[in-house]
Amino acid sequence: MSGTYTVRDSMTMLRRNLRHIRRYPSLSIMLVAQPILFLLLFVYVFGGTLGAGLPGHEGGGNRGDYLAFIMPGILFMTIASIALGTAISTATDMTTGIIARFRTMNIARLSVLTGHVLGAVIRTGCAVVIVTAFAFLLGFRSDAAPLGWLAAIGLLILIAFALTWLTVGMGLAADSVETASNTPLFLMILPFVSSGFVPTDAMPAGLRQFAEHQPFTPMINTLRALVTGAPTGSDRWLAIGWCILIALLGYLWSRRLFLRVPAT
Amino acid sequence: MTATNPAIEVAGLTKSYGEHAVLDGVELTVPQGTVYALLGPNGAGKTTIVNILSTLLAPGDGEIRVAGFDVRREPAGVRAVIGATGQFSAIDTLLTGRENLRLMADLTHLDRAAATAAVTMMLTRFDLADAADRRAQTYSGGMKRRLDLAMTLIARPQIIFLDEPTAGLDPRSRRNLWAIVREQVADGVTVLLTTQYLEEADQLADRIGVLDNGRLVAEGTAAELKRRVPGGCVSVRFTDTAGLAAAVSVNPQASTDTEALTLRLPGDGSIAGLRRLLDTLDDDRVAGLTVTSADLDDVFLALTGHAAEASAAEEIPA
Repeated sequence: MSGTYTVRDSMTMLRRNLRHIRRYPSLSIMLVAQPILFLLLFVYVFGGTLGAGLPGHEGGGNRGDYLAFIMPGILFMTIASIALGTAISTATDMTTGIIARFRTMNIARLSVLTGHVLGAVIRTGCAVVIVTAFAFLLGFRSDAAPLGWLAAIGLLILIAFALTWLTVGMGLAADSVETASNTPLFLMILPFVSSGFVPTDAMPAGLRQFAEHQPFTPMINTLRALVTGAPTGSDRWLAIGWCILIALLGYLWSRRLFLRVPAT
Repeated sequence: MTATNPAIEVAGLTKSYGEHAVLDGVELTVPQGTVYALLGPNGAGKTTIVNILSTLLAPGDGEIRVAGFDVRREPAGVRAVIGATGQFSAIDTLLTGRENLRLMADLTHLDRAAATAAVTMMLTRFDLADAADRRAQTYSGGMKRRLDLAMTLIARPQIIFLDEPTAGLDPRSRRNLWAIVREQVADGVTVLLTTQYLEEADQLADRIGVLDNGRLVAEGTAAELKRRVPGGCVSVRFTDTAGLAAAVSVNPQASTDTEALTLRLPGDGSIAGLRRLLDTLDDDRVAGLTVTSADLDDVFLALTGHAAEASAAEEIPA
């Protein structure tokens, strides 16, 4: 196989993927609208009450404090939402005849998947910018230094990379596009059982333990620390470790699914 | 690959899905620069063979070499020399025709200038220049098939697999496609195609393999196969009822259609047989003559003892 062409083939596939994203904008719009709707819902419907329960604010926080609190969770959901779209677009792509053609060509075999992943990371970047801009419109302000933001962007990219390899695997494993749109839904649910939307202290014992130790909590905690300019502590390493582990498992799983020569 | 190596060598190829044997000891050899047609009904195993040869599907048993490369152990070698066009269009419908071709040129690792030139050339040659910047999704069936084939050929493969290349095409598109295949063969390319139409195999192939229930039941040139088939039919149309009646009196075995003033006789495919029949007819009373050769149904009936409708085994998805 042409190992020397891995980068070139992946870039070719990325161009193909970006064209797909441009030609099918409704999916992107839906995927970005999702976290924005959550943002509006949480800030304006629940924000007044939930803000009052936030610790560390004299006499309870307000809507604005709650917006600041959930911002990392919302950014995480933005990534999860795009990742869900990646499962759908990967599964859809696998149903098209051109994939069979790619398989009969002497190209870097995984480049089709790399194209999806890189395309998704770029799409996530755009979505994160849009959602963040929206949060600023709603009054979100950050005390973070530029270096903090830079680190936050780095972490966001790492999370996107990890979740995307995972959802590419889900897209490949799904027997239909419908299945592919359902299996990654837990990525949208799990942030609620984390430190993303309420402090974990408020949860009952069993749930709290789960929420404190599930992989998304250190990611969200680190993001929160970075965008508010607080110290990240040991969560930083946990977050990076989980991302690398999820990315690696997702990659190996996708690779196995895609490379096997089917017996049927 | 030396000039003496066959392009495709298949020996003892089997493939089964559970209990159901799809291929049962297929043997075939295709010399370089020739066209081999696999003829058979749906479910006979044609697509399975093509998928195995193009490394899309793992074979069961057997020795399978393409351009000298073992499909199991050296799939990359196989992929480097083949091009495949399947039954279902292997095009990216969200991209334009030009973008689809450019995608293939890029994946073939042509440099920028060569890629642009190759794309332009293919668009013109396959009569797609006017539609080049429209999404392939808007193309007609014939245009999609042409684009599909252009995408296969832009990589200049030495061996091409065409799985039912003209299924669903109108006669004109079908003839255009045949012309393209002939050009490729003239350039030294080896072609393996599958078809349900004897005429197509007849038009294109040097050798034809008749596949039935996963077995090659006959192999040979079109002429050889047709010789084994006593089918075919001669129809003679007369100017008046008297002419028809006279002909019937000397050819009592014929079937007649008095309204169409037509006499139908089973032919034996030979000139001598046809001449004997013509000698019994009165020239002035004959309005027209049609000789129909054996079709796939006749070939099948003769070679397998059953008609060529899709075998009981359903088409296996690949």
